[in-house]
Amino acid sequence: MLDFCLRRLAILILSSGLVFAVQAESPRLTITGSSTVAPVISDIGKAFEQTNPGTRIDVQTGGSSRGIADAREGRADIGMVSRALNDNENDLAAYPFAMDGISIITHASNPVNALSRENTIAVFTGKITNWKALGGPDRPITVVNKAEGRSTLELFLAFFQLKNSDIRAQVVIGDNQQGIKTVAGNPGAIGYVSIGTAEFEAEYGTPIKLLPMAGIAPTTAHVADGSYPLSRQLNLVTAGPAGGLAAEFIAYARSASVNALIGEHFFVALSSAK
Amino acid sequence: MHEVTVTRKKQRWPSDALMKVMLGLPALAAAALLLLIVVFLVYEAWPVMTGRSGISLLDFFRSDGWYPLQEQFGMLPMVWASIAAALGAMLLAVPMGLACALFSQYLAPAWIKGLFNSMISLLAGIPSVVFGLWGLTVLVPLIGQWQPPGASLLAAVLILAMMTLPTVALTSRAALAATTPSLYQGAAMLGMSRHRILLGVLVPAARRGILGGVLLAIARALGETMAVLMVAGNVVQTPASLFDPIRVLTANIALEMAYAVDQHRSSLFVSGLLLMAMVAILAWLANRMSRSMAHG
Repeated sequence: MLDFCLRRLAILILSSGLVFAVQAESPRLTITGSSTVAPVISDIGKAFEQTNPGTRIDVQTGGSSRGIADAREGRADIGMVSRALNDNENDLAAYPFAMDGISIITHASNPVNALSRENTIAVFTGKITNWKALGGPDRPITVVNKAEGRSTLELFLAFFQLKNSDIRAQVVIGDNQQGIKTVAGNPGAIGYVSIGTAEFEAEYGTPIKLLPMAGIAPTTAHVADGSYPLSRQLNLVTAGPAGGLAAEFIAYARSASVNALIGEHFFVALSSAK
Repeated sequence: MHEVTVTRKKQRWPSDALMKVMLGLPALAAAALLLLIVVFLVYEAWPVMTGRSGISLLDFFRSDGWYPLQEQFGMLPMVWASIAAALGAMLLAVPMGLACALFSQYLAPAWIKGLFNSMISLLAGIPSVVFGLWGLTVLVPLIGQWQPPGASLLAAVLILAMMTLPTVALTSRAALAATTPSLYQGAAMLGMSRHRILLGVLVPAARRGILGGVLLAIARALGETMAVLMVAGNVVQTPASLFDPIRVLTANIALEMAYAVDQHRSSLFVSGLLLMAMVAILAWLANRMSRSMAHG
């Protein structure tokens, strides 16, 4: 019996060794970073695998900060970053491939259709705590904020010139989906998420409403023509100039052949923007 | 002929010695793993614990808020939140779990008993993220209609109570089943009523096993991450009422770890250490209590 077990074990070890050998032979690209960028890059990766048989594209999420750290330290071949690079990140090479906007969202039943910049700041800093003060029903406001480190939060704070400690949130969320579910389940909630995801969810009947920013409707069209103020670049970054398979993939992600794929995720391909 | 091959095989494979190695190595590895994890946690947390980067260990308890990017690392509110959520869940899960155990062990008719037991076992097998999803889409809006925003300590307590109830119920039932039948028979012969027998004789007799189950349940409640993250609101503050949103230590790590760099990252490892310390204290308490009970 034991003998039989050992023989099986030996076969198992041998065969797993073979599997490793096969994997090591196929060219492989590891891409990590922003959870906003990951789904679209994952789709582009699949298309790339089909046009380049034998290659493997491995996409993992974890936020822009992780994308930068991983690309810098060589844990990933390419990092995904959902904003322009900061001054202290000049050591990396950035390749923008699409644009995205951030929209303020409320529950679909909320009659308030627009918020001024001052009122938005007042709501998020806890100076206005009831929708009545904004012409809505007598209902407490639930401020939905993002967890520290997310690029959506950084962009939002920079746009309204706030510090995270100024914000008086009732709910803190991780990714866009959790934010949309939280707002959809609470008639008094207000939050902010990526326009791409919000537009997609609203189209499929999730009870959320996208509020205009400075009078401009949050649509992918306005992000495309550059008129929407709170928008951001989606970047692929590499440590130093990209080479080899990484360069091929980046060129593919920036080419016109993936415009339709990027559009499916409600982002705006950079080759079609402006 | 057959005999001979067997003995020869035995000489070729000294199976007892082999077994010792094959079982001993994984057992040692499991023990070493715990040590490795603690060493790793301390190693990763070291930069902020030594005070070299301008933060001292005390700042984790003194600072007002948790704004790691603004160098405020107050963790005490999250410690209180973790304790409040776990203990609140126990207040619900222990009486209900004990009731489940007593009902299925002594009171339920046979056909209900089987169904009931399999349902409790099924409840124990539901993945925590499913509880979380249900909580986020059903429970939180329900509480929100009554006391906005809904994502709150109460939601966390209810979800955790549901998740730990089967643990308490199953371990209590096993502890009750392990008491000698003569206890029940003796008590019944003294003419005690049924509820006196159950609550006055059998539950005290099975208390060690029941307590063990409760401690297991507290440890699970403290360690639960995904479900709590989805329903608790995750605002860092000391809970003042049941309807306040809270953030527990585990949710803090899960929310921010993927995005954290430098000091922020190290400080998350400090919350991991804190969590381990809390569970260690719990285990020590359990050990003491069960020992004193054995004598008393």
